Amino acid sequence: MTITTSLAAIAMTAAALCVVTGASSLATAQTAAAQGVDVAVASSDGIRSFNAEDIPTYVIAEDGTVDWPTFSGYRRYHAECHVCHGPDGQGSSYAPALKDSVMRLDYYEFLEIIAGGKQDVGAAQNLVMPAFGTNPNVMCYTDDIWTYLRARGTGDLDRGRPAKRADKPAEYAEVEKSCME
Amino acid sequence: MNHMKMGLVTSLLMSAAVPVLANESVLTATADSKQWAIQTGDYANTRYSELAQITKENVGDLQVAWTFSTGVLRGHEGSPLVVDGIMYVHTPYPNNVFALDLANDGKILWRYTPQQNPDVIGVMCCDTVNRGVAYADGMIFLHQADTTVVALDSKTGEVKWSVVNGDPAKGETNTATVMPVKDKLIVGISGGEFGVRGHITAYDIKTGEQAWRAYSTGPDAEMLFDPEKTMELGKPVGADSSLKSWEGDQWQIGGGTTWGWYSYDPDLNLIYYGTGNPSTWNPSQRPGDNKWSMTIMARDADTGVAKWVYQKTPHDEWDFDGVNENILVDQEIDGEMRKLLVNFDRNGFGYTLDRETGELLVAKKYDPAVNWATEVVMDPESDQYGRPQVVAEYSTEQNGEDTNSTGICPAALGSKDQQPAAFSPKTGLFYVPTNHVCMDYEPFRVSYAAGQPYVGATLSMYPAPDSHGGLGNFIAWDATKGEIKWSLPEAFSVWSGALATAGDVVFYGTLEGYLKAVDSETGEELYKFKTPSGVIGNVMTYEVEGKQYIGILSGIGGWAGIGLAAGLTNPNEGLGAVGGYSALSDYTELGGQLTVFAVPD
Repeated sequence: MTITTSLAAIAMTAAALCVVTGASSLATAQTAAAQGVDVAVASSDGIRSFNAEDIPTYVIAEDGTVDWPTFSGYRRYHAECHVCHGPDGQGSSYAPALKDSVMRLDYYEFLEIIAGGKQDVGAAQNLVMPAFGTNPNVMCYTDDIWTYLRARGTGDLDRGRPAKRADKPAEYAEVEKSCME
Repeated sequence: MNHMKMGLVTSLLMSAAVPVLANESVLTATADSKQWAIQTGDYANTRYSELAQITKENVGDLQVAWTFSTGVLRGHEGSPLVVDGIMYVHTPYPNNVFALDLANDGKILWRYTPQQNPDVIGVMCCDTVNRGVAYADGMIFLHQADTTVVALDSKTGEVKWSVVNGDPAKGETNTATVMPVKDKLIVGISGGEFGVRGHITAYDIKTGEQAWRAYSTGPDAEMLFDPEKTMELGKPVGADSSLKSWEGDQWQIGGGTTWGWYSYDPDLNLIYYGTGNPSTWNPSQRPGDNKWSMTIMARDADTGVAKWVYQKTPHDEWDFDGVNENILVDQEIDGEMRKLLVNFDRNGFGYTLDRETGELLVAKKYDPAVNWATEVVMDPESDQYGRPQVVAEYSTEQNGEDTNSTGICPAALGSKDQQPAAFSPKTGLFYVPTNHVCMDYEPFRVSYAAGQPYVGATLSMYPAPDSHGGLGNFIAWDATKGEIKWSLPEAFSVWSGALATAGDVVFYGTLEGYLKAVDSETGEELYKFKTPSGVIGNVMTYEVEGKQYIGILSGIGGWAGIGLAAGLTNPNEGLGAVGGYSALSDYTELGGQLTVFAVPD
């Protein structure tokens, strides 16, 4: 990531940012800030990265290499979520585009909906999301799916499979194993 | 047999005679081309009609005669029925049924609006579709999303009986139609992506009482297999044929669901259907052939006992869910008339078998893009007899967990999904709606939890490379030789069931919403009309007051409607191609509607 914590942390309007910065490498910061989301890396625990509010976030290197948890999010999304929400978080007529939802939703709301499900049932349209609270294939990967969708939402990650990814950190593998058992 | 045939003749002669046995009522109704009494048109699943008022000469003049809104937005699969002057229209969840009086401008005679727990929507893979109702013995049979099977009086809509076939809390749901045979109703189950153990069940057609249930996996007794008499490719399957093909008790969550179409041969008294993919999609987690997933089953209609089986894709590695329809035709092969069963499998092979014995006669690719296997071995002396020869490069098992296998054709959608083909005895050809889509597939480890998705692979799909760029074809196929006669490129997967008629016209729908009519000999396009929404329903025909009509349900949805809504991208073509393919959402919107066509007087 090329965004610095200090820049992203400044509560600037998008317009102000546009005036202040012309560098293309800062396009992400503009987009993210305009949408009121903070995806800048403030810390890391060896498994994944976090923003200033300790919300999981993604790391995409200059050469496009995606951090392992975000890549894992791509995989898990396309196993568990895409049959309703469409490929690449793009949405479908069946369920909303999650790449956009995560730009609106609070991280904790996101977790709550995954665990508990959601229903919007009416005469013509029945939107029903099941509760995944007991599903380890989803619940062990909610942070991964979150950072993947955030990367899609800001536009930092294009559609399709990420071309390059970091290797799975040993710490990640350990936590994953205990979660899936 | 003789009794049944005589019964058929007698009731035909008496025209409106009240039938005694279910198969007589269905045989009578399906033998009358003016009606459309079961989803598949007839027991043989030919989707062929003798009606010939609409011909290849006049089909260009086709016009919309009348329309009907279903009031439901989701994907509309299946088709209406027409029996005794009444049209029966079904909807996706909430699975409403309307009876329309065709003698009175489609006035609604009755409606059935079941109350189901909406939780079931969340455990239905790939949309809340329903492939329609069936008629027999003065009743309309519906298998709801929540697996409630209900028998409705065809004149009043009154519930005669209902029974629950599965448990949505375990991921057991339904999307399929049912098949009335003799005094029984044959019913399947969906949920292969939730680790559901597949089965078919026969219920007493008068009471709903369970007569027998045959599982796709497990002990012989629960599968209704006779180790000595149930045959595969001319040999008895032997004891514990399923148990030996799984590790431990994985067969209990092993899939092999039965959500496709059913066919029946009254002379042989055999019912035919296919079983779905093994669960999970990660092949490394379930060593063995995973029998009897991915299998064509031939069972005795009275007892359910399997006479023969044939596993098309042992140890599936690609989700080539084997439930597609089995079309029963009599055709000449090598100068000899044979009782054939023709199946266009998701795996891209078109199979022709002897439906009496299960002998494999033809297995050829019906899309040249198919690359995951080189061939199906046809030499009975080979230890590979009947088995597809998997190409290592495209083997997600050999490449292993956490490896992305690229360029596999077809995609998990299959070269064809459930959308049924049609057969014309006049041309001897099959008309097949197909997908022309390839994929990358990466399996990984998953854990099973009851009622939760149990998938275990991520996949990305894209148009077949080095081809016309579209996602589908509509083809004519010679099943005696295994050859494509002609192929019409389509922008999107053809997800609509075809209809062939004695008027030498073949009809199908497209995802953009077109109803198309083509010449059954040449494939030349003769007519098209854009209906209000994308078509994933099946074309049907009927006649009222001396006039032939063509009916089709519109209502985009289903796996194709969801997966293609945003368009597909080809990761192998680099970033430049991203977004380069047209999105279905640029062409159509949700909305359930029936459109009925006729040629003006």
